[in-house]
Amino acid sequence: MSERFHFITVTVNGEEIREHVDARKTLVDFLREDLALTGTHVGCEHGVCGACTVRVDGEIVRGCLMLAVQCDGARVDTIEGVSDQGEITDLQQAFAERNALQCGFCTPGMLLTAQELLATGGASDRAQIREHLSGNYCRCTGYHAIVDAVEAVAKRRAGGAK
Amino acid sequence: MKPAPFAYAKARSLDHAIELMAKDAEGRILAGGQSLIATLNMRLSAPTLLVDINGLSELRGIHRKDGNLEIGALTRQREAERSSDIARCAPLVAKALPHIAHPAIRNRGTIGGSIAFADPAAELPACLLALGGEVDVAGPGGKRTVKADDFFKGLFETALAPNDVLTTIRLPAATMDSRVGFAELTRRHGDYALVGLAASARKDGYVLRDVRLAFFGVGATTLRARKAETELEGRALDDDRIKVAASVLAHDLDPPPDVHASSATKRHLAGVLLKRVARQLDEPLS
Repeated sequence: MSERFHFITVTVNGEEIREHVDARKTLVDFLREDLALTGTHVGCEHGVCGACTVRVDGEIVRGCLMLAVQCDGARVDTIEGVSDQGEITDLQQAFAERNALQCGFCTPGMLLTAQELLATGGASDRAQIREHLSGNYCRCTGYHAIVDAVEAVAKRRAGGAK
Repeated sequence: MKPAPFAYAKARSLDHAIELMAKDAEGRILAGGQSLIATLNMRLSAPTLLVDINGLSELRGIHRKDGNLEIGALTRQREAERSSDIARCAPLVAKALPHIAHPAIRNRGTIGGSIAFADPAAELPACLLALGGEVDVAGPGGKRTVKADDFFKGLFETALAPNDVLTTIRLPAATMDSRVGFAELTRRHGDYALVGLAASARKDGYVLRDVRLAFFGVGATTLRARKAETELEGRALDDDRIKVAASVLAHDLDPPPDVHASSATKRHLAGVLLKRVARQLDEPLS
């Protein structure tokens, strides 16, 4: 069916949701406007800044470069869900301790991006952390404190696993 | 900004995708969407129909076949990055992939999408050209195969007709004597290249054969530096030889200026990259 409006069923932060969406609505606008999940931010709207980063079926994606209608049948996790489940509590604390945020606009995307690297065990050195975060812009911190926070969590998690 | 309104249809099969495309002259195929949706958001394009092929599992996967590596067009860039077959049989692609944007974009972006979109500063079109690969295309008139040298026609223009779907990318699998090189210059990691170079050759004793140098970011399409290739062909590589090859680039490349660099700067940078990449061509594959 080639139609403009479609029903989608999508699992957002563990909750199954059925909505009627306009095909042109991006995933990030759907989350913010239809579901009032405003933790995911809208920045550049062309994939450059990383503020709209969310997880779809377990992988981070740009919320502005995916359409809501494409998420029919998918599992979407936003900063609200990941935060509430306690998955990144240590990372959030490290960001606060090291002043890895000021205005906070980039922080939800930054946290989800860093968590993907940490979860796959890829954060073994600062160059890798910088490369992985290179698609997420921060206009406040100069990045140094963010890299510090991610590195500290990587070390702590590696220590805890021993 | 937000996209202009459009209809959306999910293709159930390759034939269904072609059938849907045939019904709308202003339709576009939606694969990874990492370039397309950005252009929709900026209203640089306004198709009336998007045909989503993301559900077509027959377009995904990486297989070795008859001395070639076949990559399904819908294979995600991140999936290719993690593939041992890509690492072993297409080391040039393995070198290029980490330079494409960022992990969140490579999680969605596809190998075929990047080649079909044919951005003149993108990495994968240059890899296809440097390796002398080919692509399979399906359209209303049936299936056909197009060589890399015949595929890139102009700015964002390829041998694909409006209702065609790129289905497979076929690359000659690397052998013991294969040599590859890749380098690009960007302002920030993950940006499109100011200038880039993907290269392949075959080591024959002390000399290189079948040298192919595919530059990107220097014109309307990725393009081969044929005079420089000739200077490297059948020769042992030393500093003087590489310098000569770099000096003839002026005949091969006439890069238009853009917001980042003048023509002269780009031509200079192309020479710098050729020197770096030529050194890589002299090293055995790890």
